[in-house]
Amino acid sequence: MNTETLWKREEQAVFALRSLYRHYGYTPYKLSRFEEYDLYVRNKDFLVSDQIITFSDGSGRLLALKPDVTLSIVKNAPDEPGVVQKVYYNENVFRDYREILQTGLECVGDLGDYEIAEVLLLAAKSLSVLGERFVLNLSHMGLLTAVLESCGLTGREKRRAMDCLRRKNIHELRNFCEGNPAAWEKLRALAQCRGGAEALAQVEKVLTTREERRALEELRWLWQLLEGSGWGKDLRLDFSVGSSLGYYSGVVFRGYLEGIPTSILSGGQYDKLAGKMGKRCRAIGFAIYLNALQDSGESALDVDTVILHDGRTDPAVLTAAAEEAARNGSVLVCTSLPKGRHGKTRIRFEKGVQVE
Amino acid sequence: MNTALNIALPKGRLGEKAYSLLKSSGFSCPALEDPGRKLIFENPEKNLRYFWVKPSDVAIYVERGAADLGIAGKDILLEYAPDVYELLDLGIGKCRMAVAGKENFREPTGQTLKVATKFPNITRNYYAEKCRDIDIIHLNGSIELAPILGLSHVIVDIVETGVTLRENKLQVLEQILPISARLIANTASYQFKEAAIGHLCRRLQEQKEGSL
Repeated sequence: MNTETLWKREEQAVFALRSLYRHYGYTPYKLSRFEEYDLYVRNKDFLVSDQIITFSDGSGRLLALKPDVTLSIVKNAPDEPGVVQKVYYNENVFRDYREILQTGLECVGDLGDYEIAEVLLLAAKSLSVLGERFVLNLSHMGLLTAVLESCGLTGREKRRAMDCLRRKNIHELRNFCEGNPAAWEKLRALAQCRGGAEALAQVEKVLTTREERRALEELRWLWQLLEGSGWGKDLRLDFSVGSSLGYYSGVVFRGYLEGIPTSILSGGQYDKLAGKMGKRCRAIGFAIYLNALQDSGESALDVDTVILHDGRTDPAVLTAAAEEAARNGSVLVCTSLPKGRHGKTRIRFEKGVQVE
Repeated sequence: MNTALNIALPKGRLGEKAYSLLKSSGFSCPALEDPGRKLIFENPEKNLRYFWVKPSDVAIYVERGAADLGIAGKDILLEYAPDVYELLDLGIGKCRMAVAGKENFREPTGQTLKVATKFPNITRNYYAEKCRDIDIIHLNGSIELAPILGLSHVIVDIVETGVTLRENKLQVLEQILPISARLIANTASYQFKEAAIGHLCRRLQEQKEGSL
């Protein structure tokens, strides 16, 4: 039997990704399934969902079934100069009362530019391992934050502007910026930016502050590096990728695979999270939602050969027939085909004789 | 890989208006104009595929990728908050989301306000901003009946011309926000069908501006 057909797509993905991350010196990180609830309450905005499953342990401590991996890794991250921890994981997390298979990596500690570039390259490579056609959208929270700041928006207005950017909603952005042409010019440039170096040049024209330019420079060299490594055709600068303002500080990105209706990879640089935990270290990582792969590729035929018999056929005859069939694929021997199962070919025995 | 653009249209008047806008922008589908019981209509020449769905379901079809694009009212987008791109305000199906109550209504400021609506999330968010304590009565239709029978103090609903309200001796008390039809896109489809979606968007925009 062809062993490849035995692996589900998400299982193949787990192995391929594990191999990729090991090649780059990342070590596996196995987490306990439980974590103190307190960790999630303190960092609620960092989580994708606020539906956390909690329970008390014997001593009355409130525990949670892990809804996220990153928080636990950062909590235990090294905080010494020159030390970088590179880990990958493959875990089930619990969100909205569903169990989600997630794999990913985190690079935390005293990071430099190389580590940021490495994680981005690994994100692109991960997507290429998962499917032929993919797109990786790249944005920068530092740039978004600096632009919102320079537009003189209040906290609530910033959230609204981020929401418009996230939805590529230029018409509401225009209404929202009425009476503030400077904000409109900048935010429109961000909303319309899509593509490569030319798109970035368009954005650069409207920037005014030093923080904005510094963030843009970071995006530029990252773009050039990825393009130079041959990923240019799969990469787009796109500022609809953004996240809650309080955690992410640098580059943020999101990956899509053709044929899968949601984004499958999501990540970014989240130094502020480490800062909130009282650490000076920097951190970048991404997660891949392998559940999304489950939807595709299950065959309608679940077995190659079905051998039906009436219960009066010699087991030795059936065994021989089953062995023969098993040589060419999977076989199911039964007296009647269970509902919902389908075979490619069918053999039938009646009173010890093959009749079909 | 399926390269056709799949477009979900909302059944009813809004969908018909949206289709005629699409048609005049060069995205016609003759099969759609033949009455019948078919559910899906294709124009292989233009690589387009249309289907009609319940208006409140358009966002779900698009969010989950069964449709690449869809036409949905802003009310539906606010109520269900789907994770989709909102690419264009089509400027059709214009109406407003409003609070309405009986003529000469005086708000019982000392009590919890009873609000009947089809849009519980929009209602909750609107009153939460005002820190007003409310009791939402979720109805599926004939919302106007609620204040008349004393089921609720006010309603939150879509008001188009205001005729139904007037005929029932109701009036708009507060406007929540203007509503119109939007072109929405599945975020993943956008990545892989960017050229086709971008082309359709530009044509619709030109058509819309031309008709103003």
